[in-house]
Amino acid sequence: MAKRSIPEVNAGSMADIAFLLLIFFLVTTTIEQDNGITRKLPRWEDVPQDEPVVIKEKNIFKVVVNKEDKMLVEDEPMELKDLKKATMEFIDNGGGASAEGDKCDYCQGARSAESSDHPSKAIIALKNDRETSYSVYVAIQNELGAAYTELRNREATRLYGQGNTYTAMNAIYKDPKVKDAALKEKLDTRLKKLKDMYPQFISEVDSKTN
Amino acid sequence: MAKFKKKKDGELPQASTAALPDIVFMLLFFFMTVTVMKDNSLMVENKLPEADDIEKLNRKNDRVMYIYAGKPVAGYEKFGEEAVLQLNDKIAQPSELKQFIHAERALRTEEIIPFMVTALKVDRNANMGLVSDVKQELRKENMLKISYLSVKKPEAK
Repeated sequence: MAKRSIPEVNAGSMADIAFLLLIFFLVTTTIEQDNGITRKLPRWEDVPQDEPVVIKEKNIFKVVVNKEDKMLVEDEPMELKDLKKATMEFIDNGGGASAEGDKCDYCQGARSAESSDHPSKAIIALKNDRETSYSVYVAIQNELGAAYTELRNREATRLYGQGNTYTAMNAIYKDPKVKDAALKEKLDTRLKKLKDMYPQFISEVDSKTN
Repeated sequence: MAKFKKKKDGELPQASTAALPDIVFMLLFFFMTVTVMKDNSLMVENKLPEADDIEKLNRKNDRVMYIYAGKPVAGYEKFGEEAVLQLNDKIAQPSELKQFIHAERALRTEEIIPFMVTALKVDRNANMGLVSDVKQELRKENMLKISYLSVKKPEAK
């Protein structure tokens, strides 16, 4: 019998099929990356605690926002642009000793007796009204967070040299593409140390209706 | 003697399109790997607030739970003028959050649940009352890690 050659399959429509799939994926997927300010909420207490924890007035940094989006910091009106500096001065004051009795030897603040004792004791209490707009609230949260980040950055540069800021190290640590275990471990201990030096206490007080 | 086929004068040879499918497939795979499926269509306005002290949230891992809030968009005016919550594909009341959280937890494995993060996608014009209600419910359900999603502030300096 004569050998018959198999006719070649026409692949001309392959491109059309691939284009169709491509367009489908372009339409149904998003490329956006989510960025956000991460915070931890306080635990819910069903019954009020018997003994309320007593915190010294000077260790609390009160930030109140009213329904007209005006801010009151330590009972004084303040603009948003001054908030970061005021917060940093409060945290970094180092006027007394920590709960363990250690003096804050890395603080560069004024060491005033009226402001916070130690960064580990300094608490920021943020209180908002129900009518406060979300954008202002997030802007304030942002400034408060930035104050901590800036202090941690300062200490990171002092301890680990130029370029090794807290932000940069945290970015490398969080990057899933970095697989180097030894590097991650090193960064982890550094980041933990910085977080211990300036632990972030931002308390979001329940808003009251009025 | 070898015989040469005489070219028809002036005619260009046709460009080969054989590599076209390969190129398109390459594009296709690129988009398949770098993008994520859209899971919700928005019924509320969602212009996020601006901030710069922000962290990236990895959507590809299964830990993130989304809560949307904002003013209802055109076509959903029946839900009123005030900011409302959107959970999955429904406009909801803060009281329905409990059910939603339980449903979201049921979708995930036991190991992931303690690491779940709630991403609040709230419109910048919403007011804090609604957000406070949401936070209250989250606290009751022990979902303590939250992230106020925002867009990067354009550099002022």
